[in-house]
Amino acid sequence: MIKARQKPLKDIAPMVAPFSRVLVLGCNTCSAICLAGGEKEVAILASTLRMQSRLNGQQKELGEFVVKRQCEMEFVEEARELIQSHDAVLSLACGVGMNFVAEMFPEKPVLPGNDTMFLGLPRELGVFAERCVACGDCIIHLTGGLCPIARCAKHLFNGPCGGSCGGRCEISPDIPCIWQMIYDKLARLGQLASLEELIPVRDWKANEALGPRSFVRQDLQVKEK
Amino acid sequence: MLEAGQFAVTSEVGPPKGTDPTVVTRKGTRLKDYCDALNVTDNQTAIVRLSSLAGCALLRQVGVETVMQIVCRDRNRIAIQSDVLGAIALGIRNFLCLSGDHQMFGNHPTAKNVFDLDSIQLIAALKKMRDEKKFLCGDDISGEVPIFIGAAENPFADPFEFRAVRLAKKVRAGAQFIQTQAVYDIPKFARFMEMVREKGLDKEVHILAGIIPIRSAGMARYMQSSVPGVYVPEEVVNRMKGAKVAKEEGMKIALEDIEQLRQVPGVHGIHLMAVGWEEEAVPALVEKSGLYPRPEV
Repeated sequence: MIKARQKPLKDIAPMVAPFSRVLVLGCNTCSAICLAGGEKEVAILASTLRMQSRLNGQQKELGEFVVKRQCEMEFVEEARELIQSHDAVLSLACGVGMNFVAEMFPEKPVLPGNDTMFLGLPRELGVFAERCVACGDCIIHLTGGLCPIARCAKHLFNGPCGGSCGGRCEISPDIPCIWQMIYDKLARLGQLASLEELIPVRDWKANEALGPRSFVRQDLQVKEK
Repeated sequence: MLEAGQFAVTSEVGPPKGTDPTVVTRKGTRLKDYCDALNVTDNQTAIVRLSSLAGCALLRQVGVETVMQIVCRDRNRIAIQSDVLGAIALGIRNFLCLSGDHQMFGNHPTAKNVFDLDSIQLIAALKKMRDEKKFLCGDDISGEVPIFIGAAENPFADPFEFRAVRLAKKVRAGAQFIQTQAVYDIPKFARFMEMVREKGLDKEVHILAGIIPIRSAGMARYMQSSVPGVYVPEEVVNRMKGAKVAKEEGMKIALEDIEQLRQVPGVHGIHLMAVGWEEEAVPALVEKSGLYPRPEV
């Protein structure tokens, strides 16, 4: 899932400073699951900003609302009146939701309350880790199901660099060398020979290289009669 | 030199963090009689320096055979192929293809890296440019592409059993010579070379063993703990600590290693990386190891 992390208050406070009525808008899907933008986080952030405003001798109004998904129109629609009655939206969704609200409400400032981190998983309580970069051209059938593009610091395709040491990445002892993991996995599968293959230069077209991406599934499109 | 079957000696010139060309030409002039070719590093350890292309061009002006290092960290396939064309036009013939140290080790840790290609794909790209006279995209290259393609290998990185396999991939991709990471653990290196010979790679590629002479006990400890990919055994650190004159001990260790490496079958040369004291250490090592004068080819 998408993993997001709330920005520190010192970064959020100056963003909301120019506005007197701010709606803190959460998202009950990815962002809620990584505890960055569900009901609880929205409530805590709104009351923190409320307190801060009072301490500063202001009377900032902070609305609170959580939609099921900030990236889909039917759910954002539920917040329409609230969004329109506030000066700005402080979004606790991921970047997708933030963009969508900004597009749906062209007159409304949308402020990022979260930093969208990556596509990943909770490795343990409070620890989130990246697993996919959404490159658009999956190759993990060649690498034991483990992604070297997302998980190698140099996204190498043809095996570990010279900095792999004791199963750790050269950039930090906290990061496992994904190529060591790929090697171990393929050894268990009896597929080490596949590492001898030369993986040719990649076509990055499916990646962000060409700019904003979109794709069409005609089977899902509603055709006009 | 390598193709003539001679035991080769190469070294490297670290370009300056600045614009003074004489830093490069002075080192080149000092070292050229002691080495068959000099590498120019490409922003090594991700610290911005005068470019390897310009460094090689400067060395060519003082009659040095050069090896232009190319890392995949900073440039995509468009920039790299363009630089190779420019390098050939300037008389540069040898290229060393590297992944490149991660930018977090350098002086611009907030930079975005590229890694459009990896080092093996870069080798294959250069081979295609030379053998087919085509760019990666398939378009024709005009003019000649007379290049000698090199790569690095670290016999001490993990997984150890994979290193010879990776070397084989580099050879298959087109590498004609290999300069290894610094060797301090000769028995482990010999085991690596055994695997290399089992695959018959010693017949297909010229392997130059890397040597970094150590200047001080502090440098030994630092390389042991903080330089990725370099394996310094405790014994070497202790020898440096116990030495009366550290530099002399460092030279002694390097000379012993060179002597032993020359006996390892399949080693066709040495690559001396005397970072920061090349003008002093390299001529001395070449002379004292009996590799001077360099033969004419």
